[in-house]
Amino acid sequence: MTGEAALGSSPWDDATLAAALFATDPVGLQGVAVRALAGPVRQVWLALLRELLLPETPVRRVPLHISDGRLLGGLDLAATLRAGRPVAERGLLVEAHGGVLILAMAERVAATTAAHLTAALDAGEVRLERDGLTMRSPARFGVVALDEGVDEDERLPNALLDRFALPLDLTAIGTREAIGSLYVPEDVAAARQLLPQAEAGDEAYNALCGAALGLGVASLRVSVLAMRVARAAAALGGRTAVEEADLAVAARLVLAPRATIVPPADSPEDEEAPQPPPPSEEDEPQSQPDESNDESRQEDKPLEDVVLEAAQAAIPADLLAQLMQAGQGRSRARSAGKAGMIQQGSLRGRPAGARRGEPRAGVRMNLVETLRAAAPWQRVRRAESPAREGRPRVEVRAEDFRITRYKQRSETTTIFVVDASGSSALHRLAEAKGGVELLLADCYVRRDRVALIAFRGREAELLLPPTRSLVRAKRSLAGLPGGGGTPLAAGLDAATALADGVRRRGGTPTMILLTDGRANVARDGTGGRARADEDALASARVVRSLELTALLIDTSPHPQPKAERLAQEMGATYLPLPYADARTLSRAVMAVGEG
Amino acid sequence: MSVVFPFSAIVGQEEMKTSILIAAVDPSVGGVLVFGDRGTGKSTAIRALAALLPKMRVVVNCAYNCDPQASEDDLCEACRGTRVKQTLKSRRVPVPVVDLPLGATEDRVIGALDLESALTRGEKSFEPGLLARAHRGFLYIDEVNLLEDHLVDALLDVAASGENLVEREGLSVRHPARFVLVGSGNPEEGELRPQLLDRFGLSVEVKTPTDLPTRMDVVRRRDDYERDPAAFIARWKRKDGKIRRQIESARANLSEVRVPDAALERAAQLCMALGTDGLRGELTLIRAARALASLEGEDAVTDSQLQRIAAPALRHRLRRNPLDDAGSTTRVERAVEELFGA
Repeated sequence: MTGEAALGSSPWDDATLAAALFATDPVGLQGVAVRALAGPVRQVWLALLRELLLPETPVRRVPLHISDGRLLGGLDLAATLRAGRPVAERGLLVEAHGGVLILAMAERVAATTAAHLTAALDAGEVRLERDGLTMRSPARFGVVALDEGVDEDERLPNALLDRFALPLDLTAIGTREAIGSLYVPEDVAAARQLLPQAEAGDEAYNALCGAALGLGVASLRVSVLAMRVARAAAALGGRTAVEEADLAVAARLVLAPRATIVPPADSPEDEEAPQPPPPSEEDEPQSQPDESNDESRQEDKPLEDVVLEAAQAAIPADLLAQLMQAGQGRSRARSAGKAGMIQQGSLRGRPAGARRGEPRAGVRMNLVETLRAAAPWQRVRRAESPAREGRPRVEVRAEDFRITRYKQRSETTTIFVVDASGSSALHRLAEAKGGVELLLADCYVRRDRVALIAFRGREAELLLPPTRSLVRAKRSLAGLPGGGGTPLAAGLDAATALADGVRRRGGTPTMILLTDGRANVARDGTGGRARADEDALASARVVRSLELTALLIDTSPHPQPKAERLAQEMGATYLPLPYADARTLSRAVMAVGEG
Repeated sequence: MSVVFPFSAIVGQEEMKTSILIAAVDPSVGGVLVFGDRGTGKSTAIRALAALLPKMRVVVNCAYNCDPQASEDDLCEACRGTRVKQTLKSRRVPVPVVDLPLGATEDRVIGALDLESALTRGEKSFEPGLLARAHRGFLYIDEVNLLEDHLVDALLDVAASGENLVEREGLSVRHPARFVLVGSGNPEEGELRPQLLDRFGLSVEVKTPTDLPTRMDVVRRRDDYERDPAAFIARWKRKDGKIRRQIESARANLSEVRVPDAALERAAQLCMALGTDGLRGELTLIRAARALASLEGEDAVTDSQLQRIAAPALRHRLRRNPLDDAGSTTRVERAVEELFGA
């Protein structure tokens, strides 16, 4: 029976279930986010999905660096030139109508590509306004996003994740486990027939919405998607009414992976009385929720709890640990932090109009603008040259060539490196924080990005990867604890590595170091002032060799020769701030940025 | 696909709905920005508005939706020429709600040389862009914070001047382009440029509802709609019709709504207490309150309207401290409480 299978299913069984559910209703479920490295397991899963989908379902693959024109459609240049009038070309989104779009390397997808996908998913059509064309074409599809991210930070953009019903993690599944499937194409075909009749009652809505709230899944879109998954599960089970087991499937596959809080009802050791199930108090002994007597208990439990429990069983262990350890605020901050990564692609040189020019290597010809330039002259040119066989319908001459200008806006990323060690923290950390906040406000005005690195104890930590969200920056700054040793070298190294990365991506890094310069932890984490100083100076020289713009703000009550020396070695501007006057600070940073 | 989720079926989000209706009643309020959590029906509400707007008169065969009654300056060149000779023929059309999709190219937004006629007939003619189509209507930009900079620049210029001036490909065209700017976005994707922010009359913050009954309603209605859009729309038709009539009568009565000196004084006090820049905030506050009063069938603006509309009208005009988590909403609310409090 599905119920039992649902409770004790292996990860691979769940993966096949997800494939079957998605194949049943790709358009309704909108997407699967498959997290796995390229490899046999993913290959097997994709092959299974292909098999389960109806044979005539269109499947299109979107490469990472797809152009807007190919994705959305636009002017078909070859055909336009042949015909001598504009001919439109369909984009991939439209070609995938009624089927599936496979998004490769989805964790690195450009923000604009993601936005086109979400717009099409929301509207069910592609609205085209480009290359002199205005078209609306239906585009209802489901997405299989192949997320090859390894780090916590490498993930799908939240805007996409929010619209995909099924987040699926295959990373933990071994090659040997990925064998067989609980479902065959006939099951899916039958489920597709049943799906329109699958009905859900009030208590089903209640249960799923309640479970979503209990797990801290805020987005309402996810609840809507969970309901659709429950329907698909019912249809797949050959039923037209959504039952408990179907809701459990939805909770496990849709809600659990997105949980941001551990519901209080879950942990029996918890001091607090479980809030959601009031009836349980009277008719239940204080027994632990045990797998063995689960069956018997299920009947007198509210549906919502059953659903919630199913979800809890499926919350990944590491996520649970993270949540337990850090509480909800932290995890939110983390998930929010992922958005920062995506934007880099789109900011590297945006098209900013076209100008006349020769198409040489290294520049991109703008075909549409070239045609526009050529268009008014067609009649004249035809008259000039005698008609002959094979003459092109449109005559394009060298003077018509237009090339796209890209505006390479070199974005400034200000990296704050904050000394949060004991010596600094004692009386200056709060002031330094205040100063940094003011600087952040400046960065906001200038639309810069900011990053924050703190060092204390033995190591440096990247608290905030480069971002433009200042609310997020402030949050991580406020949560910055102080105390411990001063691993100055580690802090400098981390900042240098980050600055180098920013520069590689075409940005301009500026480093602002707030410290008293009194290092006492060496690069390898051992104590001792002498070695620590030496290491710090060595790291400082690296900064100088890279010619990074830097500012050192001495935060000690009396200017420290050590800090000044460090600034010299870094090639940084030295600014002693006996009184952390935030305004002076801000002005100084501005001056460095301009210099 | 002309089926859209009915406006009246949107659960909760009163501030957003009220602000959108106000913009529909009085375009001079200056547009609405809806910023907030994912999946809160931001774009749904704006797309739903299109179905509620009363029709308007436009000159037949005019690409710019010219108003036959408009003053000389507000007509496009062709209509101006024609009106000298004869009266302009007009017809009633739905108020345009034009989508500016992400990835739109500059030529389609501001208009460009018509490729087709240029290639096939060798004629140089102007093909109007989205800004022309949005004249006298609404221009909607979803994910407005992701809009490319050069488009934002073009947009700012037109929104400020009310006309679109095109100088490209040997064309020189000037046409009226007065529209209500409506934007939506998610602050997580990045903040809005201050200049663009300033163009919006009202700024609404939407949050995901956290109580179970509301959430259930949202999910159920969405679900019902997806499964049978036609039946769902039919079920909400009467309520939508009621809102449409409300907008119509509010528009008709708008000029009758009085703004007493007391209300003007209140608005000024509020803006002073909050230290908003310039007069725009005050003006928007008064206009929005008047439109709200008109929507509610009142004949004069009272404290009640000012109180409710203060946050959307002013929250984005405070001298910003982007790091203040408490946020501008709280500051406005506090000021309102102090001023109007018992």
